[in-house]
Amino acid sequence: MSTPGSLQLVTSRSRIKEALLATLFFACAIVAVLGVALIFAFVAYMAFPVITEIGFLDFIFGTRWSASSGEFGILPFIVGSFVVTLGALVIGAPLAVMTAVFLSELAPPKLRAWVRPAVELLAGIPSVVYGFFGVVVVAPIVARLWGGVGFGPLTAWIILAVMIVPTIATLTEDALGSIPMGSREASFAMGATQWQTIYKVVLPAAKLGIIDAIILGMGRAIGETMAVLMVVGNAPQLFAGITAPIATLTSQIVLDMGYATGTHRTALFGMGAILFIISMALVLTVRLVARFGRAHG
Amino acid sequence: MAPEMTREPASKMTQGRDKKGSTQGKNVANNVALALFWVAAGITVSALAAILLYVIVRGIGVVTPAFIFTWPHGVNAEGGIFPVIISTIYVTGLAMLIATPVAVLAAIYLAEYARQGKIVNVIRFAADSLASVPSIVMGLFGFAFFIETLGLPFSMLAAALSLSLLMLPIIMRTTEEAIRAVPRYIRWGSYGMGATKWQTVSRVVLPAATARIITGLVLAMGRAIGETAVVFYTMGQAINLPITPLDSGRSMPVHLYLLAVEGINMQAAYGTAFLLLVLILIFNVVARYISKRYSRIKE
Amino acid sequence: MTDSVITSNAIKIGHTSYNNPLVQSGEDATFFVRNLDFWYGDFNALTDVSLDIKKKEITAFIGPSGCGKSTLLRCLNRMNDLIAGTKVEGTVLFENANIYGPSVDPVDLRRRVGMIFQQPNPFPQSIYDNVAYGPRLQGVKKKAALDDIVEHALDKANIWKEVKDNLGKNGLALSGGQQQRLCIARVLAVQPEVILMDEPCSAIDPTSVQKIEDLMAEIKDQVTIVIVTHNMQQAARVSDTTSFFLQEVAGEPAILVESGPTSEMFTNPSDRRTEDYITGRFG
Repeated sequence: MSTPGSLQLVTSRSRIKEALLATLFFACAIVAVLGVALIFAFVAYMAFPVITEIGFLDFIFGTRWSASSGEFGILPFIVGSFVVTLGALVIGAPLAVMTAVFLSELAPPKLRAWVRPAVELLAGIPSVVYGFFGVVVVAPIVARLWGGVGFGPLTAWIILAVMIVPTIATLTEDALGSIPMGSREASFAMGATQWQTIYKVVLPAAKLGIIDAIILGMGRAIGETMAVLMVVGNAPQLFAGITAPIATLTSQIVLDMGYATGTHRTALFGMGAILFIISMALVLTVRLVARFGRAHG
Repeated sequence: MAPEMTREPASKMTQGRDKKGSTQGKNVANNVALALFWVAAGITVSALAAILLYVIVRGIGVVTPAFIFTWPHGVNAEGGIFPVIISTIYVTGLAMLIATPVAVLAAIYLAEYARQGKIVNVIRFAADSLASVPSIVMGLFGFAFFIETLGLPFSMLAAALSLSLLMLPIIMRTTEEAIRAVPRYIRWGSYGMGATKWQTVSRVVLPAATARIITGLVLAMGRAIGETAVVFYTMGQAINLPITPLDSGRSMPVHLYLLAVEGINMQAAYGTAFLLLVLILIFNVVARYISKRYSRIKE
Repeated sequence: MTDSVITSNAIKIGHTSYNNPLVQSGEDATFFVRNLDFWYGDFNALTDVSLDIKKKEITAFIGPSGCGKSTLLRCLNRMNDLIAGTKVEGTVLFENANIYGPSVDPVDLRRRVGMIFQQPNPFPQSIYDNVAYGPRLQGVKKKAALDDIVEHALDKANIWKEVKDNLGKNGLALSGGQQQRLCIARVLAVQPEVILMDEPCSAIDPTSVQKIEDLMAEIKDQVTIVIVTHNMQQAARVSDTTSFFLQEVAGEPAILVESGPTSEMFTNPSDRRTEDYITGRFG
């Protein structure tokens, strides 16, 4: 039936085909690497004249932005981006983590079956719809309660906080879900209440996962463009109170890109490069947290 | 403590108790804390409900067949938004056509072919970074690269190319997860009969992962439809009915943005927001339906 | 044929002496294993295994958990290649061909040496497509021919009567025992010369176990079967030859203690350790 050596019969053609396919798949995977490299190289290239034309320090720490008078200090936008992001995190992160704990630890299954899709749907709503809702609903309410025009950090915080809830909540729920059931039971068996179990066992065990989730939520908030643009007020000035209009890196790029030329345009690319670096830094931080987690348990 | 424990009904086991006396206080603390979690979840759901209800209530009256199927006219963009809807579907479809093959094949590489090591780490880091690039930076890049450098006009193609960079890591991730979810021993069955890697992947693994892959694609599509910043400076902002990929147009999110900030025609803004939400809802429901059906087959 | 030097994963190890007293004429041996060592990374899981597996017989590998019997089984069709960081040294000849030779594609080997796993693993496809999978891989396209192969294979695997009216049903919808028989049919459809069975009955119901043992007896005049089993009664019932493996010290490599006709092994084992195992003193 079989002859010695017949093991080598079919191979060479199928081997070549397999190797070609593997190469094709690899090439596709490399597209992602090239994409990132290209984006960064290109944006950096376009932004480079910032250093010669404006000066790096004047660019980063300059507090005046006025295209007509040729002043391009972006400190107000950097501060604006961080003010908006941090405020959104202060409101949104606890809300999201608590929602995740609710879903993972407390919700009756039937209720969970409704709440979880709601959280996912919240992630799917386009940011321009959030911005629109901010313009027509939240801003007027803020204006009535706190005075001003209703456009400013407070409105942005409220809108952004809701926008980052699904990002943080789903990732936190994943982290909570990976804690073995046994550690909860052990806590209950020692007479701990549910709250004590959550506070002393569940949350500490998921700590790194929650930190990851919050960092990624931060990335979402800092890069968010349209919703922020629509509610933040768009005044290129330093943070001066929760209802005083400001601008962020992202919102200012959208506003000016349509007509900017020369150094003005270069400055916008410089802001793009800074955004890119911030988001890369956040991704790196997540990786470091993961590595730390592996090293310590 | 012990006699107290025995009086405790089993269902109350989770409401543990302290050494002595403070049981009452502990239960109060427990109840207050747990109530806060309910409140948090309530706020999250209410936020969704508020947005949905508001847009639906204000928008549903605006959306008539005429709104969907006719052109806008006049300085205040009265009438319908037909070309805007078509532009949106056009650019989303084109972006998916560009991103899907590359992303799926890349995911196959990562899930089935790659050996863990430096190269895979670099690819994953790149994909994570690509996913985290703020969409306006992607738009900035698309504008400067595809339009100014490569000389494409403001067009469906330029916008779709930029958008596909945004979709790529999302589709890669969901597809890779879908492939990895196929149990290893099912692959063994195929290898154990003398199937090659590609035969195993194409005839066993991918068919088994299809439902989840499609779920991911549908959700990515929903994401692409609502994306504004990327297409803002790449597909043009004038209202136009695109025929070829080199035609310009205005997408629904851009339309909604312009209407909202200019405040010229709030009725049309409500209508557009409503339609956008309906599209997103449809995509979510479809994705949910596919993944439900899949899990039923698995049982 | 590059005689007896075996390399796996491109690591060349050493020579095997044909003067080894264990070596008999390889004539009726399907597999001819000499001085086989196996590593998972740095862990030497099996050492110095020499063994013949006779054609058209049923050989049982027995021994306590962790004794390397499944590992050896998976060496016979190079399934271990799929696990990163594994390494084989020694000689494995299949039909006098060195299966770890540089020009051997494990894919071709596995077409001739099929495998059944502990966990029934039908593809999430119809019963028909499951069985037609192998023939289709080999280029059989005609519906009539496929129908024929599918029916024969299912019939041989003792499951045709149960599923003939439901060939379009998803393989995963069958019971565990039916799934395992479907997997056997799937392998039989490619007419392998050898079927390796890795504890095929440990996860299924007793009725199906009976049916699988019956079908093994029926097909053994056509295929060589090697079965790994935890169940000594099963080994005694179905096999012609039995090989006993043992890891005597945790962390040390496992060895082949002895191998011989099943009747002798169970009535009059020559090695003390085999006797202890069979009489239930450990494991």
